[in-house]
Amino acid sequence: MEKQRYERPIIVKMNTGLMNKFGTKSENEPVTNIESVPVKSLLKNYGSPLFVISEKQIRRNYQNAVRIFKTRYPKVQFAWSYKTNYMNAVCRIFHQEGSWAEVVSGFEYDKALYNGVSGNKIIFNGPDKSDEDLIKAAKNNSLIHIDHYDELYSLIRLSEEYKLKPRVAIRVNMDTGIYPKWDRFGFNFENGQAWNALTRIINSENLELVGIHCHIGTFMLSPGAYTIAARNLCELAWSLKERFGKMVQYIDLGGGFPSTNTLKGAYLPGIDTVPSLDQFADAITDVILGYGFRQEELPLLILETGRALIDDAGYILGTVLATKRLSDGRRATIMDFGLNSLFTSLWYEHKISPAQKLGNQTEEMVMFGPLCMNIDIVRESITMPMLQKGDQVVVHKVGAYNMTQWMQFITLRPNIVLIDNENNTHIIRKAENLGYIQQLEEVPEHLKKPKV
Amino acid sequence: MRVRKNIATSDEGFIFNPTTGDSFSANTIGAEIINLLKKDLALKEVADIICDKYDVDRSLFERDLEDFTLQLKDYSILE
Ligand SMILES: Cc1ncc(COP(=O)(O)O)c(C=O)c1O
Repeated sequence: MEKQRYERPIIVKMNTGLMNKFGTKSENEPVTNIESVPVKSLLKNYGSPLFVISEKQIRRNYQNAVRIFKTRYPKVQFAWSYKTNYMNAVCRIFHQEGSWAEVVSGFEYDKALYNGVSGNKIIFNGPDKSDEDLIKAAKNNSLIHIDHYDELYSLIRLSEEYKLKPRVAIRVNMDTGIYPKWDRFGFNFENGQAWNALTRIINSENLELVGIHCHIGTFMLSPGAYTIAARNLCELAWSLKERFGKMVQYIDLGGGFPSTNTLKGAYLPGIDTVPSLDQFADAITDVILGYGFRQEELPLLILETGRALIDDAGYILGTVLATKRLSDGRRATIMDFGLNSLFTSLWYEHKISPAQKLGNQTEEMVMFGPLCMNIDIVRESITMPMLQKGDQVVVHKVGAYNMTQWMQFITLRPNIVLIDNENNTHIIRKAENLGYIQQLEEVPEHLKKPKV
Repeated sequence: MRVRKNIATSDEGFIFNPTTGDSFSANTIGAEIINLLKKDLALKEVADIICDKYDVDRSLFERDLEDFTLQLKDYSILE
């Protein structure tokens, strides 16, 4: 007689009356394909763990966001936030769709140039721009967003020294009712600093004031905060017009729209609670359109949306290394990816699906990564079908910030594969190897012959 | 290793402990093991029966069984 399929014996205590906040049925439906490529074959061909990005989803997200804003406001321009995901292939998808580049360092700036973005379509943000960076950006006609007075004065000095005519904006910070306030970047609105900086620029010989910028935070859950931000930027623009007869070319509201991930500690999944892009678009465009500018002087609206455009286009696939029981009785599952690759597990309760059909029985578990560190937790509590060594999982919505903030700690970073519109797969970043990691290391002569 | 006398079990894996008022749910194999333990079988005998019936490596099952009985003790189902 053929033997029956084995499943590890389990027993769970039933808490009658209490709703289980985590494992809903649908969360445990196996996800066997990304687009139409089988997870099994992806892992077999490219190794585990593995990042997978869907080109189709990126384009869908981008086109959707453009449609939402352009149906409300005549002049809209997105600038891809490089730090959110600066794999060249990813950036180039956005640029093909018409997105400019938003960068915050010389490194990111050079990457944007390498990706073929023309200088005048690069927005250069951030507090860390060297003199060389500023000179290069000015020569390329890039949009330099000044973060602080030291930078403003450096730029004035450099423009005189090198006969440059930099196109600039300032970053403005303000109270939008969001806590904590992001007041360490840019010039403050309420205390008049922003106005003073704008006046200083207008009165300078060489700087050309072209815009006003703000970025009020990330994963913002309140469209109302954007109403305030848009109103404050419009007020500055209006005052400039009144006072100096100069209308800025653009207003840049930065990034910050949430993706549909579930923030840690949230009671309900993000998909049910996060405001839609339409709500944010309404909040922003209603203010600008209603402010009183004449049709022909309406500023270009720039958006530096990051995570909302890429999060749900990225996945990490992984494999169970082991399961065990902790001393307090909780079940633990150890995965072959952890905080090193999935940095955002610090912020999100990532949705994780089994990649194959498993039994109906579910259990609650802690999901750990493979690092020899206590903080290496992928999910503190998740209800999943009973996983065994070798089972495969799909982690959803990991496209934002992981492939830039990942850590090369203890182990090597995995392959990143792009699934194109025709469902072909392409490695867009190879898995690292020892040679790659060590190529910048040098061993002093006297240590070359180890005595072991 | 014995299952407490007054523990009620159903074949579907529903388990009730009248002393504490706690109820539990076990999967099929879990319920089967509890029923075998109720018949005072030794762990070795339980392993014989399960490994005969299911497609599982004996050493893997012994590990799972040990883990399972620890949990049963934790829940005061085993004395
Ligand atoms: C200046 C600036 N613009 C845009 C972004 C992108 O933000 P998000 O991913 O929240 O849309 C960031 C991220 O922190 C930023 O600092």
